[in-house]
Amino acid sequence: MHAKTKAILNLLSVAVLGLFLWWADDNLDGYQIQILNLIAVNIILALSLNLIYGFTGLFSLGHAGFMAVGAYVCSVLILAPEQKEMLFILEPAFNWVREAQAPFFVAVVAGGLAAALFAVVVGIPLLRLGDDYLGMATLGFAEIIRVLAINAPRITNGALGFKGIPDYANLYWNFGWCAFTLYVVIRLVASNSGNVFKAIRDDETAAKAMGIDVFRQKLLSFTIGSFFAGVGGALLASMLATIDPKMFTFVLTFNVLMIVVTGGLGSITGSVLAGIVITILLEWLRIVENPIYFGDWELQGIPGMRMVVFSLALICIILFRREGFMGKREFNWDWVRQRFGNKAGRHVG
Amino acid sequence: MSADTILETKNLTMRFGGLTAVKAFSAAIPRGGIVGLIGPNGAGKTTCFNMITGFYRPSEGQVLLHGRDITGTPPHRVCKSGIARTFQNIRLFGNETVLENVMIGCHLRQKTGWWQAVLCLPSSLREERAVAATSRELLAVVGLGDLAGEKASSLPYGAQRRLEIARALATQPTFLLLDEPAAGMNPNETQDLMGFIRDIRTRFNLTILLIEHDMKVVMGICEHIWVLDYGETIAAGPPEAIKSDPRVIKAYLGEEAVAHA
Repeated sequence: MHAKTKAILNLLSVAVLGLFLWWADDNLDGYQIQILNLIAVNIILALSLNLIYGFTGLFSLGHAGFMAVGAYVCSVLILAPEQKEMLFILEPAFNWVREAQAPFFVAVVAGGLAAALFAVVVGIPLLRLGDDYLGMATLGFAEIIRVLAINAPRITNGALGFKGIPDYANLYWNFGWCAFTLYVVIRLVASNSGNVFKAIRDDETAAKAMGIDVFRQKLLSFTIGSFFAGVGGALLASMLATIDPKMFTFVLTFNVLMIVVTGGLGSITGSVLAGIVITILLEWLRIVENPIYFGDWELQGIPGMRMVVFSLALICIILFRREGFMGKREFNWDWVRQRFGNKAGRHVG
Repeated sequence: MSADTILETKNLTMRFGGLTAVKAFSAAIPRGGIVGLIGPNGAGKTTCFNMITGFYRPSEGQVLLHGRDITGTPPHRVCKSGIARTFQNIRLFGNETVLENVMIGCHLRQKTGWWQAVLCLPSSLREERAVAATSRELLAVVGLGDLAGEKASSLPYGAQRRLEIARALATQPTFLLLDEPAAGMNPNETQDLMGFIRDIRTRFNLTILLIEHDMKVVMGICEHIWVLDYGETIAAGPPEAIKSDPRVIKAYLGEEAVAHA
């Protein structure tokens, strides 16, 4: 298929998405819109982790930490000074924390940049570690961020966190950022720089012998990924309107990891699909936590049951389809045409 | 050293704990030559490669490229200074296509970076196209032109070896190290390989150092040979001298062979 045709089809898809959002904004109820918002944020987070883990092979479990950084920075910037005055009841906020103000877009970018800065600082010592050790060290980093958040009450309001964060993150912002993330990751992965990331994932020694500054490239991927983790955290904060340190535990990282692994490590399409499917399922599965009636017989709902179901599903995926839904494959228009072309042909035949 | 020496090693020594893997390896490799490094298994040949290419920091001694000391430089800088290598146990980027493997080799000399690619700047798009074109040419040179879209790990063994060479050539080296290029090849393929090595030497203006067990290859194309045994250089010279050197025969065949010879 011609490159121009593909570009037109891509633009059309964006337009269709825009129309859908416009329709959804007017016609869906608050709960459904919230799920759509969650989908967008989860896709952003999954793409950012996929860039780090799926494409560059860095087993990082620090996502919750970078999200926390993004969420706190963004919240501080969009909360009004009077609000902050009321919020900080443990200890008064530093002056610069109280006075800091920025429009929503700038606040989200600042959240991302702060997370990226943390990634550089943490990455320089940690990225010299191999697989499992990197996982443990980044996990520790996320925990440190959480503990810092609890113990820096003049910046973060300690364990109480923030409430009443302005809910600027509507459908358009969330999906706008989602589309931007998707665009950056697609372009990056398709370029030769993306090939270099994949080379490091496949064989670090060979990559070094090919003149690739492996450490620098790892740091680059880690930083770009963390930027989007920060953006995701920032959007999440504004969307949920409330954040506290308890929110950013390992469970959050695990959710993102689950989406990435289910979709396929190293597949952008996989992350998008799994982001949609798993977000919806996680909501839909709430029914297993409520009492279920079979005629007269009542099955008691168990809180937390949906995570059990999900963990089981993840184990099954790892056992039976380790490469995830998509493996390393990607969606492309040629494939769509082939599928539809074949079907049409069969009907005629 | 003479002006025609491209790479010189002086007393290169590598010790792992109490074991001396390579002891005082000194060699001067003339520009444009094809030279060989041979020796029985475990003699320290690959260790020499690893010291030259920066994977190991030598315990003692120096590596000089064009008279410049590059001892202990990290591998990626060594590659940038013009030394490329292949591996004994083929190390391709298995999940990537044949073309991408070669393109990754080109990345080193690329001028535009990731953000130019993300922004779709014309300079970046132009360079990416040029890189793809260069890579296709290299694939054609090694005879893999038709397989550009295949996954690297799906190639047959011989083709993987050639792809590894194409990938090394993509870094635009002046000095190429081949670690057992003929391993696992049948006599016909080996014959082709000898012609191929000579061919790329002239075509890319290379100096080639190779490790090889196949004596037909070594004696057929090398102009100078170093022989290692238990880390020590036991002989050095042109192929004819090496063939009849009693110490070399002893190292390969044992004491009695020399006595009966």
